[in-house]
Amino acid sequence: RVDEWTDVDRKRVMNDIISTMFNRKFMEELFKPQELYSKKALRTVYDRLAHASIMRLNQASMDKLYDLMTMAFKYQVLLCPRPRDILLVTFNHLDAIKDFIYESPAILNQVDETFRQLIETYSCLSDGEFQLIRQTLLIFFQDMHIRVSIFLKDRVQNSNGRFVLPISGPVPWGTEVPGLIRIFNHKGVEVKRTEFTTAGNYFTPQREGSFELYGDRVLKLGTNMYSVSRPVETHVAGSSKNLASRAKENTVPNPLAKEELNFLARLLGGLDIQKPAGGEAGFRLNLFTTDEEEEHAAQTRPEDLSYKVVNIEATQEPGRRAELARILGELEVAEPRPGSAGKGEDLLALMDGL
Amino acid sequence: PQRTAARPPNSSPHTPAPHSHVPLPLPPPRCPPGPTSAIPPRGVPVSTATLTSSPRAALLAPSRHDASPWRRRAPGEKRGGNEGEAGGTGVPERGRRAGGQEGPAGGGEGRYRRERALALRSSSSALYNNLTVLCPPARPPRAFGAVHGTTLSLLGPEGPPRQLPARGGGSALSTPLLTQAAWCELPARVLLVLTSQRGVQADGSTLVFWHALDVPEHPAAHSVFARGISVAGERFICVGTSSGAVLVFDIPPKGTNVTLSEVLEQHRDPVTDIAAEQGQAPEGAGDLVTADDSGTLCLWSTGEEFTLLGKIPGSGCTCSSVTLWNGIVAAGYGNGQIQLWEAGTGQLRAQVSAHARWIYALDLAPLTGKLLSGAEDSFVHVWKLSRDPDTDDVEIQHCHAECVTDTQVCGARFCDPAGDTFAVTGYDLSEILCY
Repeated sequence: RVDEWTDVDRKRVMNDIISTMFNRKFMEELFKPQELYSKKALRTVYDRLAHASIMRLNQASMDKLYDLMTMAFKYQVLLCPRPRDILLVTFNHLDAIKDFIYESPAILNQVDETFRQLIETYSCLSDGEFQLIRQTLLIFFQDMHIRVSIFLKDRVQNSNGRFVLPISGPVPWGTEVPGLIRIFNHKGVEVKRTEFTTAGNYFTPQREGSFELYGDRVLKLGTNMYSVSRPVETHVAGSSKNLASRAKENTVPNPLAKEELNFLARLLGGLDIQKPAGGEAGFRLNLFTTDEEEEHAAQTRPEDLSYKVVNIEATQEPGRRAELARILGELEVAEPRPGSAGKGEDLLALMDGL
Repeated sequence: PQRTAARPPNSSPHTPAPHSHVPLPLPPPRCPPGPTSAIPPRGVPVSTATLTSSPRAALLAPSRHDASPWRRRAPGEKRGGNEGEAGGTGVPERGRRAGGQEGPAGGGEGRYRRERALALRSSSSALYNNLTVLCPPARPPRAFGAVHGTTLSLLGPEGPPRQLPARGGGSALSTPLLTQAAWCELPARVLLVLTSQRGVQADGSTLVFWHALDVPEHPAAHSVFARGISVAGERFICVGTSSGAVLVFDIPPKGTNVTLSEVLEQHRDPVTDIAAEQGQAPEGAGDLVTADDSGTLCLWSTGEEFTLLGKIPGSGCTCSSVTLWNGIVAAGYGNGQIQLWEAGTGQLRAQVSAHARWIYALDLAPLTGKLLSGAEDSFVHVWKLSRDPDTDDVEIQHCHAECVTDTQVCGARFCDPAGDTFAVTGYDLSEILCY
């Protein structure tokens, strides 16, 4: 029950999760050039992060949290005025995170370190390269149309789950307001100007967002959606007609599963969870109004929207820890061997059975 | 697809086609039923572009297409054609403007209407030039294709919509992502070419060729992929790559003996689009243009050996789509601009602040010089290119705007050489919208 939490608990959970996420080794792994993760792999990592502290979530609440995160991120990536702005969105995320843990200098340092790495790795990319990144991310989000209450309320999402794309507002930095046609003669001298009008209603923005460690990002995408307490309802649509494409995605084995498990394993190894004083397994976060509602949601979630999550219990008991340590040992293999796709799947199944 | 068939302006209209769209469910085709694949059989003749009069004269006759069987139907007009009827908003003659017509004061070419939405098996991905249309001039039935991740969604004149997977996957490799697909119409055959993160494949009724790219074993900082497809010189198919190299494949009239004729290495950035001359190239203007992520445009003359005729340096802004017509390069950019360049001299002739977001698709109708542009801002615009015979200035006028609500347009193609009909698709859209 969230109302039983104290501020100390809240701070504890925030610190644990953020320090796990910005763990140096974890970040090192993320910064390596790699393929887009499968939905299953990303969901598993997310699950693990959410359980990095004393907070617990049941499957249904976890699904809902993941839905919220995915749709919010899809919205941000889709609506970026320029492809380069996905970096500004990321900086907005980090700025908000720093706000949560500003009292812990060690964690703040971790986040700043990641910030610097982002600036170093991505600042020099061209617009075309950023667009390629964005196009690849959009492949991940394709066909996801889960309705999010606050998006519906803010008229940012339609009732069919698709996002509203405004045809008014500031144009991206570097783009001109549509309307002008300029004609040049063979000497390059402008000889004529004409205009055309459309339904759009745009204006020139005042300034560009900052890509420095500190600065005004200008862009609002990526800022904290829940800075004021807001409802967390999501509406999961019935079976979508894109069942064919989704089913296909689930059946193609991802041979990179092995790689994903390697850094997941490091994540597991790097954790250092203290048992709470009361000896109980921590606090459970329920994103629904009642336990019954949560249970019902778990049972009625449409099959095609099931994430087929790999369930990894947070290690609290020593017996479990030993078991995982053994698995850890098995997982630390040096080179990926071609044709070992089967083994990757086996390892995922192994963790499933924990 | 490159429309190399341009009808001389004075020819009589061919098979009357009162329908300017593909109705659903699709009726049986007029010609005897062929193979169930969406690809028409080899041997479909495609006439080469020959304008009987000088290029300029042809450009100055905007109302020629009044006699076209694809004349747009005015609202309320019956099907079956209403030739000669003066009522309603018919296509305006030069100097006569039909009443009640929306649109710009200048171009006055008449409006388009949304006609049909054709269902695809899967939604379209956000990729440049993500719509290919096969519309052989002698046959109304058309086929459409749009990329979805690792598969190509196909919609043909016969049979249900289907999906074509990318090749290059195997038991140890994950299926590669497709970047583009295009029907390539050569004189003797039509090939469906697909480019992916792993290579280039071309299909006729079966796989005609597969060219693997040099893909590193572990992912490197820069992606490797092929992108940008065009027919060139009626004999070659050119495909761009992420390294900037353009591969030139020599395609035999039949069979699978395809050879890599040349590798053109002039671009330093990933190639985005390639286009062949669709009209009549003036002296020294070249017949192929290639574009890349930095906005650099290269002009080539094709043949046994391709020759670089000119290079227009980019400003760092990606040119995502390009067309070439009567020596005019029309280029669409990431900052929403359309620029018209003189192919022969490399001179900028026009600059249009066309869209509020990244342009994803351009297409050109060779009979009329109509230009279609689609972008992430949800808009599709129709423009008219022409050339002033006295000053030799290039002209571009805005004809029509369509807003595809809440959709980032990623593919837009004319469905006939005069540009009376066009089709559009967008990211996350499982439909092709026809206008």
